[in-house]
Amino acid sequence: MADVVHPVHGEVHRHPAPTSFIRKYVFSTDHKVIGIQYWCLALFAVFVGMGLSLLMRVQLGWPGQEFAFLKTLFPIAAENGTISGELYLSMLTMHGTIMVFFVLTTAPQGGFGNYFLPIQIGAADMAFPVLNMLSFWVTFVALVVLMMSFWVNLINPDDMANVIGPIGGWTGYAPLSALGEKAGPGQGTGVVLWISSIALFCVASLLGALNFITTMLNMRAKGMSLMRLPLTCWAWFTTAVLALLSFPVLLAAGILLLLDHLALTSFFIPGGTYLSGELVKEHAGGSPILWQHLFWFFGHPEVYIAILPGMGLTSHVLATFARKPVFGYRAMVYAIFAIGLLGFFVWGHHMFISGMSPYSAIAFSLVTLTIGVPSAIKTFNWLGTLWGGQIRFTTPMLFAIGFVSLFVSGGITGLFLGQTSIDIPLHDTYFVVGHFHLIMGVAAIFGMFAGTYFWFPKMFGKMMNEGLGKIHFLITFIGVNAIFIPFHVMGMAGAPRRYAGHDKLNYLQSIMPMNRFISWVAFITIAGQLIFLVNLIWSWIKGPKASDNPWEATSLEWTIPSPPPHDNFAGIEPEVHRGPYEYSVPGASKDYLMQTDSEGPVASHGD
Amino acid sequence: MPTTLAADVKIKPGLGAGGGKLGPGGGGPFDSDPQGKDWPPGWTNEHSIEPEKYRIGMWVGLASILMLFIALTSAYIVRGVPALSGGDSDWLPLEMPRVLWLSTGVLLLSSLSIELARRALKRNEYEGFKKWISLTTLLGVVFLAGQLLAWKQLTAQGVYINSHPHSSFFYLLTSLHGVHLLGGVMALGYVTIAALRMRIGFKRRAAVDVTTIYWHFMDGLWIYLFGLLFFFR
Repeated sequence: MADVVHPVHGEVHRHPAPTSFIRKYVFSTDHKVIGIQYWCLALFAVFVGMGLSLLMRVQLGWPGQEFAFLKTLFPIAAENGTISGELYLSMLTMHGTIMVFFVLTTAPQGGFGNYFLPIQIGAADMAFPVLNMLSFWVTFVALVVLMMSFWVNLINPDDMANVIGPIGGWTGYAPLSALGEKAGPGQGTGVVLWISSIALFCVASLLGALNFITTMLNMRAKGMSLMRLPLTCWAWFTTAVLALLSFPVLLAAGILLLLDHLALTSFFIPGGTYLSGELVKEHAGGSPILWQHLFWFFGHPEVYIAILPGMGLTSHVLATFARKPVFGYRAMVYAIFAIGLLGFFVWGHHMFISGMSPYSAIAFSLVTLTIGVPSAIKTFNWLGTLWGGQIRFTTPMLFAIGFVSLFVSGGITGLFLGQTSIDIPLHDTYFVVGHFHLIMGVAAIFGMFAGTYFWFPKMFGKMMNEGLGKIHFLITFIGVNAIFIPFHVMGMAGAPRRYAGHDKLNYLQSIMPMNRFISWVAFITIAGQLIFLVNLIWSWIKGPKASDNPWEATSLEWTIPSPPPHDNFAGIEPEVHRGPYEYSVPGASKDYLMQTDSEGPVASHGD
Repeated sequence: MPTTLAADVKIKPGLGAGGGKLGPGGGGPFDSDPQGKDWPPGWTNEHSIEPEKYRIGMWVGLASILMLFIALTSAYIVRGVPALSGGDSDWLPLEMPRVLWLSTGVLLLSSLSIELARRALKRNEYEGFKKWISLTTLLGVVFLAGQLLAWKQLTAQGVYINSHPHSSFFYLLTSLHGVHLLGGVMALGYVTIAALRMRIGFKRRAAVDVTTIYWHFMDGLWIYLFGLLFFFR
């Protein structure tokens, strides 16, 4: 582990700002530059992932139809202009992997967390800046390794001839993921690249998590007691703890899978496996269920790694634009802990159909349903924060309210799926796909949008365009609901997930128009994201200059210039006098009190 | 005196900023003296957070290493119990290479010597510190050589990583532990060279402290893995 050698590294952040281009923008140890690097990586990854979903929607709306552009895009994988079943599955795998790891895990934590955690606690940088830089660059290499599988068939046309990645989904279930090429195209080289990328990503996330935890415990400014921390910090901290304890388990699983591939061991491959009528002789005795246990022990906390930062940000943004303190600050903190803790004991609910004992299933089911309690606390406290507020409907506020809406509509189906009796018929249908896209996918993405619109003025010193932002919100909010709510209906009609088209199943003929409708909505929603991209670039170049505190918010990042100087507080350590959400305090001269304000009345919480 | 700090510095364990009431790193070495009256010349408040952050960072890092080995232990148990692996038991325990007893003893001794080194440094006995820290580094290298010898003996008998499940776990767990231990040896090497060049300032004292924690952990981890591989099968 690299963590024993930090003594030399810790010094770096006390040096003056670097002047060379490489040290300033590429191999920078400044947490703000690293945060923007993470955020840009996620922005790139989300467009790749979205491009893949666009292609999948083409196939699902018009299965097997020939399109000339496919030939141009994939000269070898789609040489006759159609998407084969295998190509579809490899797109699905790459879409899931890119989105879960390089977008949902990367942007909220690595991006916004890196940029704003040190500033919000009043520190000059992260605890271990060099480790921080390392963490980003390992993530970058992980993405490169994963995306290499797009081009393997261009270099060697025989390897992965008609696919652009592994075909086993982002969960890579054994034994098919462990058997190599004979288990299908992409399962050889594709899986090796895929699992290597994930292993690298694990290492990067561990370095990041270590940094986040140490920073928040040890680097807080004077007066920044734990109960004065903005809820965003609590969310990033809990996320880091989850990452710290769950990524090593995925790393272990990844090492075992890689050994099954490269060293011909048999951790996951049982004896007597037949592949295409042929007996597998090299392997015996392994346990495919072992992979599922290890994978989901990581996989379920991973869901919260994706969503918790969004929850923290939503609380933060709702309070700011409702001009009210967060309703039940302490309850919000404890609810984050509860969700994080319970998240470690529910992995079995992904495996109800694996043949597990009904007694274990009941235990997993009960714990799963218990998560509804802290989730409901959070939801009601968000509504309580909005209640009676003087709401300012800015773009970040709209996305935060959208987050609450999606969290409810996506979370409620979690209560369905958490029960074995309902999960068993719905498992592997579009119902599950709709559920997790709403809650883990889109809700988390809404958190990122809210974060971008909220913090862009601070990060780049320019305001984003509100008009374009609101159009972007409307298209996205209506779009995602019009896409993913019908998924639930399709699921109840029995549409299986992962199929490259439902046209050949008689009982699903009636949902084909719905499939086509979803595809059209998806095209419009994806086009709507270009508005976001235009807004970003236009605002960055031509946007009006942002003041230090354009939203009249209270936390520490709004006390310093936009964008902040190299060492955040210019060497003067801030002193914190009050809690993070003191809006509309009775008796105060204005409707908000900064955390650094020593004058004025003190609200009851946060001391 | 090679170091800027003559007095023995007491570092209190604890979670950082002490509720943020003492300034950064309250709860660190200077929390009894937040005004800095007795600080060495040139020291600012920020210096005081350093040792604490390495210590916290180390414990946090060890938690993740622990999770890695817990996950592999669960795999070992699932794979080793025939009823859990689907009934077809191909579990064939290895005969223990004798050299492992030797390397286990060497590692235990190294834990003792690093502790002696740490205490010598605490009492500012530099000669003792140099002696014990060099010995620890040497013992770490001897341990790694012992592990390589054990691998060599097994491969000479034709036992490879894919021979059977127990050998897979043996090679996997010993090499993962070895890689982590190699990191420790490198940290020790860094500290030893600093000690021989008489440069043990405040921050390198922190390095000695966290390396000691890491080294004890690696020692304990090896005892655990040794027991798991050869006495729980």
